[in-house]
Amino acid sequence: MINVPATIRISFRALRVNKMRSALTMLGIIIGVSAVITMLAVGTGARQRIGEQMASIGSNLLMVLPGSTTSGGVRMGAGTQPTLSTGDADAIQKECLSVMYVAPVLSGVAQVIYGNQNWSTGITGTTTSMLYVRDWPLSAGRPFTDEEMRSASKVCLLGQTVVDNLFGGINPIGQIIRIKNVPFTVIGVLDAKGQDPGGHDQDDTVYVPVTTAQKKLFGTAFPGMVRIIMVKAKSADDLASAEKEIAELLRQRHHIGQKQDDDFTVRNLTQMMQAAEQSTKVMTLLLGAIASVSLLVGGIGIMNIMLVSVTERTREIGIRMAIGAKTWDIRLQFIIEALTLSMIGGVVGIIIGISSSEVVSLIFGWPTVISPVSIILSFGFSGFVGIFFGFYPAYKASLLDPIEALRYE
Amino acid sequence: MALIETQNINKIYSLGDVEVNALKDVSLTIEKGEFIAIMGPSGSGKSTFMNVLGCLDKPTSGIYLLEGIDVAHMNRDELAAIRNKKLGFVFQGFNLLSRTSAMENVELPMLYDGLPAGERKEKAMAALAVVGLAGREDHHPNQLSGGQQQRVAIARALVNNAPIILADEPTGNLDTKTSIEIMELFVRLNGESHITVILVTHEKDIAEFSKRRIFFRDGVVVSDELSGKA
Repeated sequence: MINVPATIRISFRALRVNKMRSALTMLGIIIGVSAVITMLAVGTGARQRIGEQMASIGSNLLMVLPGSTTSGGVRMGAGTQPTLSTGDADAIQKECLSVMYVAPVLSGVAQVIYGNQNWSTGITGTTTSMLYVRDWPLSAGRPFTDEEMRSASKVCLLGQTVVDNLFGGINPIGQIIRIKNVPFTVIGVLDAKGQDPGGHDQDDTVYVPVTTAQKKLFGTAFPGMVRIIMVKAKSADDLASAEKEIAELLRQRHHIGQKQDDDFTVRNLTQMMQAAEQSTKVMTLLLGAIASVSLLVGGIGIMNIMLVSVTERTREIGIRMAIGAKTWDIRLQFIIEALTLSMIGGVVGIIIGISSSEVVSLIFGWPTVISPVSIILSFGFSGFVGIFFGFYPAYKASLLDPIEALRYE
Repeated sequence: MALIETQNINKIYSLGDVEVNALKDVSLTIEKGEFIAIMGPSGSGKSTFMNVLGCLDKPTSGIYLLEGIDVAHMNRDELAAIRNKKLGFVFQGFNLLSRTSAMENVELPMLYDGLPAGERKEKAMAALAVVGLAGREDHHPNQLSGGQQQRVAIARALVNNAPIILADEPTGNLDTKTSIEIMELFVRLNGESHITVILVTHEKDIAEFSKRRIFFRDGVVVSDELSGKA
């Protein structure tokens, strides 16, 4: 019969006898486990941040940008010539079946003044659809009405950052602000959204009707011109077909011949974000894998020390066998010793891993997330390492011939 | 029924091409309560015979009945259980676990027998008292004299109430005075508790303490005589 608590006590005593050696052996596991924890925390943090940013710009998004045009045989740089119009946006909304919402954008930077406060911010001329495209609700007030859109009314929606900088504690709804010296009535406030994937403050913006932006703020020689058309597809599966439908429609509307290049670009934002997420995922796995190698090396260290220990204690093993220790009594003693080394190393490693993740996010400002899964995983893995690398030395010890072992000097 | 009965035990070691016949048809009967000295020159097979009696080694052929049970064909773990329950070992080099208290050394056989901690402590204290080491429970082997270490080893051999104590040159590392004390302890245990003591020695005056002397030469029992004490 195997007396497990007693065997554990025997193992602990053996480890205490060689404190320095035990500590150094644990060090391998400590480094391995803390590396795994830290790497996974950094990777998971990066992924989570990208996920949040993805949600904040809205899902299933396509962005239609002006492309390069050819004028008099000279190819112009992309975006230098305005090629998109409100008409294109309306047509996409009407004709493309895979499209849910369409919002044209004409934007610019301007000084916004309220009373004696002024603030320089991005002005976005768009339609109410933008709120649906971006999944961006209002925290107060109301969106633009159709009448306001048609008549190019001087009304605006403010982002939270603009509200904070211009109004302080005052309720902005109904107040008059001046954009490029044109007075606008504030009719609503956008919900706070935070940073976009580029680290840009999305709340530092003012929405005005696209018609107003065209006529009163950023008017150009091309009436109805817009800078970007934002499109939300019906679902993630519809993104590809929406992209194709838009391209076909715009080629037709822009009278582009078969051999000519598009004068616009359709960009799949969701795909870009997914690619970014995918690459951080691969990165996390890679970092984790590299860290696991150090855990493996730690395990080999344990095996090494256990083999030395078995040889050193051959006589002790002989005595134990003579007195009545069975095969598994001996095996368990050494396996538990290895397991104790690796588990204590694992616990210390987890503590160090958690604190070093905190340090990483403090010093480098990277978000780190310590998932319970990574803790359970590395704790379980260090236990497995202990048993796996402890078994062979224990097995070797249990096969010793008691007579030979007793004679060992 | 005899306590120990061996019938035609042979032990053959193969050292490469050479075969060494360490024991040749050894047949012996040992009754409960005997005090036996096994003697002989080195290489006579006396240690091999002790190892076989101690269930540390298996005979190549022959029958070994311990309390009527054939132990020659048991596996490792069954033999370990027999050693734990039926046999107590005392070695020339004491073979105590270093860095382990006298108490814990004596507790060891009970640990492998699965006795609860309370009972282990109680029995270990009692065994240490029997060998005259009460009060030294917490001493480690390096804090004890050779004679005291051997007493701890004897306490360890006694603690599971084994009917047989096998002592392999128990006084080999001790001075004459201590040797006599240890031998007197064996005599007392044999006399008071009827424990069967089998000891290997090549010293005549140590063998004098026994009741029966068995001489080995070249793997054969050459003489088996009772002393006047029997």
